[in-house]
Amino acid sequence: MLTVNFFLAVGAALFCIGIYGLVTSRNAVRVLMSIELLLNAVNLNFLAFSSYVDPVNIRGQLFTIFIIAVAAAEAAIGLAIVLAIYRNRNTIDMENFNLLRW
Amino acid sequence: MNLGEGVRLVSFGILALIVLGGALGVVLAPSMVHAAFLLGLVFVGMSGLYLLLNADFVAAAQILIYVGAVNVLLLFAIMLVNRRIPDAAAGKRGLRNTIAGFVCLFVFGSLVNGVVRVPWPISTETPIANSTLRIGEQFFSYYLLPFEAVSILLLLALVGAIILARREFVPDRTESGDQPLVLPERPRAEMDETPKLPETTGRR
Repeated sequence: MLTVNFFLAVGAALFCIGIYGLVTSRNAVRVLMSIELLLNAVNLNFLAFSSYVDPVNIRGQLFTIFIIAVAAAEAAIGLAIVLAIYRNRNTIDMENFNLLRW
Repeated sequence: MNLGEGVRLVSFGILALIVLGGALGVVLAPSMVHAAFLLGLVFVGMSGLYLLLNADFVAAAQILIYVGAVNVLLLFAIMLVNRRIPDAAAGKRGLRNTIAGFVCLFVFGSLVNGVVRVPWPISTETPIANSTLRIGEQFFSYYLLPFEAVSILLLLALVGAIILARREFVPDRTESGDQPLVLPERPRAEMDETPKLPETTGRR
């Protein structure tokens, strides 16, 4: 029997993998990929609740579509920032982005 | 969708395996190109999970936007900033990664604990047949203002990404004081003179 807990567990695992990648990776593009993983985990939670708790007014699906749109905008802006930093600093290592360090 | 319970369970297992294995590959793969393609695999598996949750429109949007747009954008970024990072502090990073892994495992354990303990108010109503129609109705009635705000956000992101990724502004003023009508970019030859390290050709 497929219950809501299965989907929530997969979402939690995906979220934790995304956080691990966000914290440990040094490549800025991989950090952006980890953020996409985090947003996908959130989308899976929204859709699980939309299907199991609110199957008539599927509001979770609406929120998911908003999140997908915001994620697309975030990916475009993030990659543009990565390109700009690469042009100025000649690296995309996260540990070299210390322009605003004290 | 009208699938049997066993079919749903088996396909859920396969899709969850694809998604979690692909996500681990995205985080741990040494090559960035492999990580980007595994990310596409994760997106496809997620859209399969969305289909299991009766969200057909969102599954199609996931394929179109994530696999078709975001993943291609990431691949282009990898192509443009492709260089190997000299791994200086590898030994110090091992301990940090281990600590981060344990923290993430702890977060996962507490999340699953919460998921199992909370009695979710599971609805017994039958899911509606035509979810795309319902999404359209809600978008153009109750959620009209957020919908328009998202469209403005996408427009701003488009313009902002172009402005950020453009080469920097070099004012090229002539003697008479007026600005010549040229594209405000650094010339291409000057861009090519940037110093290149010898290990820049590796793929990472």
